[in-house]
Amino acid sequence: MSPAARDGAGFRIAGAGAATAVAALVLLPLAAVLVAAGGAGAGPGPGDGAAAAFTLLQALASAALSVALAVPLARALARRRFPGRAALVTLLGAPVLLPSVVAVMALLAVFGRGGALNAALAALGLGPLRVYGPQGVILAHVFFNLPLATRLILEGWLAIPAERFRLAAALGFGPAEVGRHLERPLLATVLPGAGATIFLVCLSSFAVALILGGGPRATTLELAIYQAFRFDFDLGRAALLAAGQLVLCVLALVLVGSVALPAGFGAGLDRSVARHDAGGLLLRLQDGAVILAATAFLALPLAAVVAAGLPRLGALPPAVWAAAARSAILAVAAAGLAGTLALAIAAGRARGGGRWSEAAGVLPIALSPMVLGTGLFLLVFPLADPAALALPATAAVNALLALPFALRALAPAVAAAEAAHGRLATSLGITGGARLRLLLLPRVRRPLGFALGLAAAFAAGDLGVVVLFAGGATATLPLEMFRLMGAYRMEAASGAAVLLLLLAFGLFAAFDRGGRLGTRA
Amino acid sequence: MGRAALALGMLAAGLAALPAAAAAETPAAPPALTVYSYDSFVAEWGPGPAIRAGFEARCGCTVRMLGMGDGAALLARLRLEGARSPADVVIGLDTNLSAAAAATGLFAPHGVAAPLDLPVAWDDPLFLPYDWGLLAFVHDRARVTAPPASFAELAASSLSIIIEDPRSSSPGLGLLLWVKAAYGEKAGEMWQRLAPRILTVTPGWSEAYGLFLAGEADMVLSYSTSPAYHRIAEGDDTRDWARFAEGHLMQVELAARLAAAPNPDLASAFLAYLVSPEAQAVIPTTNWMYPAVMPAAGLPAGFGDPPPAARAIFLPPGEARALRDAALAEWLAALAR
Repeated sequence: MSPAARDGAGFRIAGAGAATAVAALVLLPLAAVLVAAGGAGAGPGPGDGAAAAFTLLQALASAALSVALAVPLARALARRRFPGRAALVTLLGAPVLLPSVVAVMALLAVFGRGGALNAALAALGLGPLRVYGPQGVILAHVFFNLPLATRLILEGWLAIPAERFRLAAALGFGPAEVGRHLERPLLATVLPGAGATIFLVCLSSFAVALILGGGPRATTLELAIYQAFRFDFDLGRAALLAAGQLVLCVLALVLVGSVALPAGFGAGLDRSVARHDAGGLLLRLQDGAVILAATAFLALPLAAVVAAGLPRLGALPPAVWAAAARSAILAVAAAGLAGTLALAIAAGRARGGGRWSEAAGVLPIALSPMVLGTGLFLLVFPLADPAALALPATAAVNALLALPFALRALAPAVAAAEAAHGRLATSLGITGGARLRLLLLPRVRRPLGFALGLAAAFAAGDLGVVVLFAGGATATLPLEMFRLMGAYRMEAASGAAVLLLLLAFGLFAAFDRGGRLGTRA
Repeated sequence: MGRAALALGMLAAGLAALPAAAAAETPAAPPALTVYSYDSFVAEWGPGPAIRAGFEARCGCTVRMLGMGDGAALLARLRLEGARSPADVVIGLDTNLSAAAAATGLFAPHGVAAPLDLPVAWDDPLFLPYDWGLLAFVHDRARVTAPPASFAELAASSLSIIIEDPRSSSPGLGLLLWVKAAYGEKAGEMWQRLAPRILTVTPGWSEAYGLFLAGEADMVLSYSTSPAYHRIAEGDDTRDWARFAEGHLMQVELAARLAAAPNPDLASAFLAYLVSPEAQAVIPTTNWMYPAVMPAAGLPAGFGDPPPAARAIFLPPGEARALRDAALAEWLAALAR
């Protein structure tokens, strides 16, 4: 075997190992719940068909709308340079990292019955808009996912080498030709993946869908799982529903895999682009309007959260600050783990690893957090005190939950780096650690920073499994915030929400900006 | 070389000190009682810390209090752990859960014979009440000037309400049983009449109450003791609860000893302490419920003394469990339209 082939094998083995570990961490807990239940529970009930249909429809609508709105926004951000652009791109990371209850309160502060929008409409003599219903569910999911979709598409846009745009300029391409020859092929590679990711996120929606959906009409599969656990303590049924959710996820992935196209833009020198095709007044107005509208839609609810909670920040109980420190450590650990796994899987795949490894990396998104946490608990309990493992288990689960996003951000960049420079590196005998250090890491810094930031922020904001493992001094910041809410202390909780927003956003921005240092993005 | 020798010496000294420290601790190590409860009980602003300190002062033991979600999460955790659970005592089940809890066989008789001040006679050998409350719709007096006096009036009004989902929340399940207890065969019909009044349904109490305080709805399903929190902790007298002619479902919060408790005697002593005047005096202004044993000084000012015991509808645990599934089906049918 030649050194180059051996080297590729190393990457493939690392990728397969990481993917196997992830698949085991997803499937073993599910199996543990099934075993504890003594087999699959009662088959689908009368409400389950409706829940599955609602779950699918809202996820499809949310994904389609998020992606459709993200395209003009990403295009505007890709071809405009303006003061505050870098900050805006970072701000795009904020909504997705909000805990769902904070996001709901934030949206209602603007769109709710007593929100700013209805107050403004009333001043104009117009009737109130009703947010509760399918429109509310989709509004919330677009709020969460439009920024994510925009970032994923923007990464793709910036991956078109500047040389292609120069060539286009030399050939005298106008906006229409740039669209046909560069942008549309790009979108064909990026949109299916971004849409599928968002579809999968929305599949496991529960609290947001119920509250903004206005009641049991908005029952999702995740709520049915919750009910099986909490109302009926029917573990078999919970496991069966969770398995159903996983099957939906795999089907969606297969579908996307069959429509996604490989990119074919070739290599470039990573210089930033001065776009020749975007100078027209109409285009400038259009992009400006898109950017303004999106910023208002995303920033106003966030501003409402900050305005409500900022004055309470100083009076927070000490336990909240201790929990914030715990959450920060947890977040960095989860980010490190998610980043390592994603890099291993992406690099293995780029060196010829199996397609299944990438699919395994996306699986965690579709497993009910409730089933995942309960299964892990069942696995851990006979061996160790779950309360003592609350934080490591939470970090591991959060790394798993962030992995699909990290992978979505990283995989295209790793594949592009290998496609563009892999042969040269191989012919120079650059293998193993040197290849990682010299070829991959420098070229995936941006998406890696984004992926790490996203993972850290998710982990900081997730209420998730820490509840199932909880013990003494293990409360995280989201849990502490929820405890304040559960004890009437809504004002203190709003302070904790701001602290959480600052922490999650600070972590995200630090990683994300770190990845973009020295690049123009 | 010298530095390495120093480091080795320190390491050796440290290793030598380890067993010595362990030995010094072992004979004095007091027994540790493990208490499972829900999150808001163990929080630093809940009743947990004071009750733990009070019991530790008299038991010569240490108390480890673990908070896990709410009452239903607590029971689920105990069922997952089964007989291997390290818990001695559980605090935070309620009468909607206790029939299912009793059927697990995980609990042992509490053996506490303290006289209780409940609106109903209590003789359950397994579950010991430590506080109780009435479910009620809470409103802002300035916004709802003429609060409805019954479910029928609420249904006929133009008020908006927020309720909790019975599938994921204990007060939500309570409301289901409340309507069922008050309307029996006609409960489904009442839900159809109430449906237009329901602004939305939340997974838990916290989201519902948060939305209510943010001004999203006129009323929220909570407890008759909720206004006391605003009065006492915030000096805000603008909230009140609507008195319903049908009566109000009584939620009794329960503690129990695990059959497999590692420290059964300490567990019994803890339960006896939980209903002692000292511990009960902590309950009203930390858990915001009526105490199971009325303190000699009565309820704190702001609570409304005496508790509205005459309005209580008590649904025995067995009956609550029997009604549950049919009531849920009616609720879903009425609201899913």
